[in-house]
Amino acid sequence: MTDATAPETDRSTPPAATRGRGGEILDLVLLPSAAILLALVVGAVIMILSSPLTRGGFNLALPWTAYVALVQGSFGSFDAIVSTMSAATPLVLAGLAVGIGFKAGVFNIGAQGQFLMAGLAAAAMGVATAGLPPVAAIPLAVGAGLLAGAAYGFVPGFLKATTGAHEVVTTIMLNYVAIQFLAWAVSGPLRGENVTFARTETITTAVLPVLFGRDGHLGIAFAAIAVPLLAWLLFRSTLGFEIRTVGANPHAARYAGMRPRAILILTMSLSGMLAGLAGVAEILGKVHHIPAAYSTTVGFDAIAVALLGRSHPVGILFAGILFGAMRAGSGLMQIQAGIPVQMINVLQAVILFFLAADLIVRAVFRLRSSGESASELQTISASYGGGGTA
Amino acid sequence: MEFLYDLPAIGYVFQFIGWLIGVLPIIAPTIVAAAVPIGFGALCGFMNERSGVINIGIEGMMLTAAFVAWWTASLSAQLVPSTAFGPFGMSLPLLIGLAAAIGAAMLVSLVHAWLSITVRADQIISGTIINIFAVGITGYLNLLISQTAPPSAGQFRGLGLPSALTDLPLVGWLIDAFLDQGPIGLGLIIGIVVMQILLFRSRWGLRTRAVGEHPEAAETVGIDVIAMRYRNVIIGGVFAGLAGAYLTIEFGNSFQGEMTNGRGFIALAALIFGRWTPLGLMGASLLFTASEGIQRAVRFGPPEGPLGDFLSAIPTQFYGALPYLITIIVLAGVVGRSIGPAAVGQPYVREKRERRRTTVPAQPAETGAA
Repeated sequence: MTDATAPETDRSTPPAATRGRGGEILDLVLLPSAAILLALVVGAVIMILSSPLTRGGFNLALPWTAYVALVQGSFGSFDAIVSTMSAATPLVLAGLAVGIGFKAGVFNIGAQGQFLMAGLAAAAMGVATAGLPPVAAIPLAVGAGLLAGAAYGFVPGFLKATTGAHEVVTTIMLNYVAIQFLAWAVSGPLRGENVTFARTETITTAVLPVLFGRDGHLGIAFAAIAVPLLAWLLFRSTLGFEIRTVGANPHAARYAGMRPRAILILTMSLSGMLAGLAGVAEILGKVHHIPAAYSTTVGFDAIAVALLGRSHPVGILFAGILFGAMRAGSGLMQIQAGIPVQMINVLQAVILFFLAADLIVRAVFRLRSSGESASELQTISASYGGGGTA
Repeated sequence: MEFLYDLPAIGYVFQFIGWLIGVLPIIAPTIVAAAVPIGFGALCGFMNERSGVINIGIEGMMLTAAFVAWWTASLSAQLVPSTAFGPFGMSLPLLIGLAAAIGAAMLVSLVHAWLSITVRADQIISGTIINIFAVGITGYLNLLISQTAPPSAGQFRGLGLPSALTDLPLVGWLIDAFLDQGPIGLGLIIGIVVMQILLFRSRWGLRTRAVGEHPEAAETVGIDVIAMRYRNVIIGGVFAGLAGAYLTIEFGNSFQGEMTNGRGFIALAALIFGRWTPLGLMGASLLFTASEGIQRAVRFGPPEGPLGDFLSAIPTQFYGALPYLITIIVLAGVVGRSIGPAAVGQPYVREKRERRRTTVPAQPAETGAA
């Protein structure tokens, strides 16, 4: 069984593989674009079919109104573009977290838990350092968040490396543990004094400064720096080479003198740290406190972003901006076309569906099969049941 | 008995057990009721994983079914007579809602089966797609519908057992908790027993286990792995449908966005903690919901003395996190390792049969020549 689990986790860029440029472009650009296009068509069909529910009769123009509003709300003005970037920030960072996991052959579904724990730690530190000037408070709060996220990613990595407990299950469980822990911490010891709903005090000095526009905060710069940094780490550094080798074939990696278990733990910690940075940017940059029941879909969104971006940092950047734009524009779509914001989730799911079932996309657009596509969509989950160790 | 409580340290354990025996009859019905959707969800995961398919989309399947059950029931209440007949307060709209919920969940399961078996996409991604889609489509439609606010079609009622049975000493409260339920709740008890017997005592069970543990070996003895997996995943959808329908037409009678609230993932935890057997997953579901029940009992009537102070001091969220913590511990093998079916998560490529088919015509020719 161990042999069956090893290969195929990432074929898009195995370190030693030779691969046609055409196949790469097909994989990185054409397929995702085609999937997005098809998803918009499916979304339009759903809007038309469901339009009689509100205003009697089918409204064939509704999708057009909705999509125009979506684009206007996300790119139509300077403020709209800034709010798109702000919404894209946690998605890009958490997407990078999931993507680096894919590169190493691990599936981190725990971005949500890591996001929450890091957000909590950053908020706690932000409240505690209210007396310090921003120069000291911001690094302390960001650092606390990064540490918490990394620690929360380390646990499933360590469990997988030492006991074989599959990270998909442990990270799902840890997500819910994080939700409960956050609820306890914020309704108990960290509860602010004059708050109606259970939440922490408002963070003051540790708040990330606004650089431009209405909510163009420093966190956007974090994401902008993280993308090239991770690209360098993955494709230009020794560690990145080891991560990709372990992801492509842990047995070969061990044979070459690498330590797959150590790499696995390190990758999961790094992944947790990136997801944590997403939480830090969101809490310190946008929300400025953390409520006991912080509702976020960032965990699953991050998976969608990483898959659409084909686990490549630059791809993840674009995918994150796309989903961020959808989130940012969904408000205007709801106002102008009466389309509930949940339509964004539907579109995301359908995009992922077409990426997973890329044979449909190929058939519709008559794309030739490169024979090596759907790289991340293969056997990441193979060692799930038997508890196989890397 | 009381002298046991005075023992140092261990006395508290006895006191806790004594207190538990006292409150259990009171909290048992709520524990069982909360365990029904989790048990059915876990049974859905059981059908998938025993035949080698991971399903983390249970949550989404349940949510879809919950919405469809509620919506079709309330829609059909406007079209067909909704007079109650027979036991359980049964009515035509409720039955339509139940059937539609099962149908919807089977349809979602079919998509999951197609993606994970035929397309051979990563099964976890398939589950993720289902979860995201379910939150989106149910939230979207629910918001559109809520503008016209259709009235609820009501809900299934309990069996209503005679008090002679439920007042029986010692077992009366058990009968009350387990048997005084609606049709879906009772269906779970039947489903668990039947599946347990089928898994270990029937041809189907043997084949399912073979397909989940070693599909290549199963194929060599003539089992159609692909068909087996399809069938089991779709039957699993029936259970997810019942889990969802329970939430909106038996346990309650309304729908809210994302109302499954992680139950699909607790179901996954129960499946793992119950070691992939029906009885085990049912026990795990009850244990997990008991955690919540005990928390409530502590809040309303804690035991006396230091034990009560200790239990009250434990934050309520700890009881909520307990099922997940236990599952991680069990999965990591700290206390009794839990190991799933060996082939779960691996798409099956039927290559051996095709190779055989090409070699078969060659063989008679050779023997003929010899």
